[in-house]
Amino acid sequence: MVQPFESSVRLENDTAVVDLHGEINAAAETALNAAYSTAEQGNPAAILLNFQDVNYINSTGIALIVGLLAQARKAHRRLVVCGLSEHYQEIFRITRLSDFMQMYADEHSALSG
Amino acid sequence: MLAAIQKWFRNSQKTETPLAVTEDRPAEPLARVDTIDLHLRPDDPFLSYLLSANGVVEIDRLKLVSPALSELKAAGVKISVPLVSQGELIGLLNLGPRRSEQDYSADDRRLLATLATQAAPALRVAQLAQLQQIEARQRERIDQELRVARVIQQTLLPKEVPTLPGWQIAPFWQPARAVSGDFYDFIPYPDGRLALVIADVTDKGVPAALLMATTRSIIRSTAERVKSPGEVLALVNDLLCPDIPPKMFVTCLYAVLDPATGLLRFANAGQDLPYLRTAAGLVELFARGMPLGLMPGMEYEEKEVVFAPGDLLLLSSDGLAEAHNAQREMFGFPRIKALMAGAGQGETLVERLMQDLDSFTGPGYEQEDDITLLVVEREAGPGGAAVNEPLQTVAMFDLPSQPGNERQAAEQVIETLAGDGLSPTRRQRLETAVAEAVMNAMEHGNHYQAELPVHIQVLRSPEHLVVRIIDHGSEAQTNQTAETPDLDAKLAGLQSPRGWGLFLIQNMVDEMNISGDSEHHMIELVLNTKEG
Repeated sequence: MVQPFESSVRLENDTAVVDLHGEINAAAETALNAAYSTAEQGNPAAILLNFQDVNYINSTGIALIVGLLAQARKAHRRLVVCGLSEHYQEIFRITRLSDFMQMYADEHSALSG
Repeated sequence: MLAAIQKWFRNSQKTETPLAVTEDRPAEPLARVDTIDLHLRPDDPFLSYLLSANGVVEIDRLKLVSPALSELKAAGVKISVPLVSQGELIGLLNLGPRRSEQDYSADDRRLLATLATQAAPALRVAQLAQLQQIEARQRERIDQELRVARVIQQTLLPKEVPTLPGWQIAPFWQPARAVSGDFYDFIPYPDGRLALVIADVTDKGVPAALLMATTRSIIRSTAERVKSPGEVLALVNDLLCPDIPPKMFVTCLYAVLDPATGLLRFANAGQDLPYLRTAAGLVELFARGMPLGLMPGMEYEEKEVVFAPGDLLLLSSDGLAEAHNAQREMFGFPRIKALMAGAGQGETLVERLMQDLDSFTGPGYEQEDDITLLVVEREAGPGGAAVNEPLQTVAMFDLPSQPGNERQAAEQVIETLAGDGLSPTRRQRLETAVAEAVMNAMEHGNHYQAELPVHIQVLRSPEHLVVRIIDHGSEAQTNQTAETPDLDAKLAGLQSPRGWGLFLIQNMVDEMNISGDSEHHMIELVLNTKEG
């Protein structure tokens, strides 16, 4: 079933954690970019995208993530991801996003890594 | 009333030319016979007088206000004997004055009365025989005209069955009478597609045949202007409406087949539903629409279906399903469906249907209505698709082009594959590929116009699983490529971050094929199932 995209941002030490929920597709664009801007506000050393509660990412969603990654690289900020299912880890590898974003199994390993 | 009246004259009429008189043989003939065309109106009192008269009527002494009587008197008739058969005046035996110029004797009158009694039935028989001859000549003329009409009508039917590689088409047309209100037609489109038409005019015989000829011409000329089945029927309906006789209408199915993709797009104006026999079973192809000629401004729903190799389509007029046997039982749709399920190839199906109808109706059956059949079969061998092996249809469905429907499409495809042994990983890859392909179809092919559906077909062979996603785009889309996107360029802002769809699809399945024609675009996804 369709789950509208929602997100929230929290700070864990010097890492801003963006918790993503629902589907990452064209409809998520505004909310995702807003969440990323919020995460940047405290000028954290790293931003962690938490995909634990994301059930669907389509090609438009990939493009949105590419956009965030481009912003992070421009600001020389570390962008990492966690909680991706095996299927989406495969997609991150195929698209080479994983070359630029470290993938962690979960939030704990991401924050301690 | 016009009666043929015989007037027998003894040779006393000075104004008339005697019969059989020659200069060599000046001997006087015994008598002369003339025919008077007497106009006896039904309200002429002379008529009732004659009908009630018993025997000889003395014309010269009769006093009645009657134009007919005056006519007889003027012609010199002295006495008349009415010839009456079954209460109807069928003739009048008229005599002029005797040669001796004496009055007719009582013996003469008795003789004449007896003669009339015997002559009347004989004359009646002669009249009937003559009438029958005239009718027989008329019937012969009508039969001849109908024979010519049938030949002319046959020239309005396709002279040849189109040959499409990988396809078999078998038509059948059998009028109930000399001419038919049914017809079928093939209209080739310049882009290689073929319109299949089957139509049935109300009633049968000559009136139906005349309307059939008109309808066929209107459909043909309309098909040159518009191509989509629904638009063709809507226009034909508007053109027919002003001139169609009251209480007449035409049912018609108009379908456009793309032999390359197997896609059949159709609209139906009240014709019996076509049946498509697929590996998964028999599908009734429903599309809403009123018969042609009833009301102007009608709209005709368009539907699509894709033929998989081996699929068989039957279009038929109602003459088959509605045929009755001596017990007044109907041949019926269940029987047609059962025969379709069991039939081999197309030609065989037509034969089987007609043989079964024969044994159902029994000997001495008089065909009630015109029967027209059109069987279209996609051969179970290599066809237009990239996977060249016999494929069975697992499922097919349409979804409107609305954002979000790509996920529903993917879920529906996956549901049809429950229990087929596909690993969860491959299943998830396929789900992503289908969703991406459907999104591509809705966005680039149908431009998110909700009324344009995306057609999805799931097919299977022992070694492959095939999913086809068809939209209303065109060949131009087939230029889309699945090149690996340049992530570095995208991250550097030199390229749009988008453009991942086809690349993702290609990486999620074993094979991706893109094809299309002037009106459709298809992405075919193939998984090798033997590899697990």
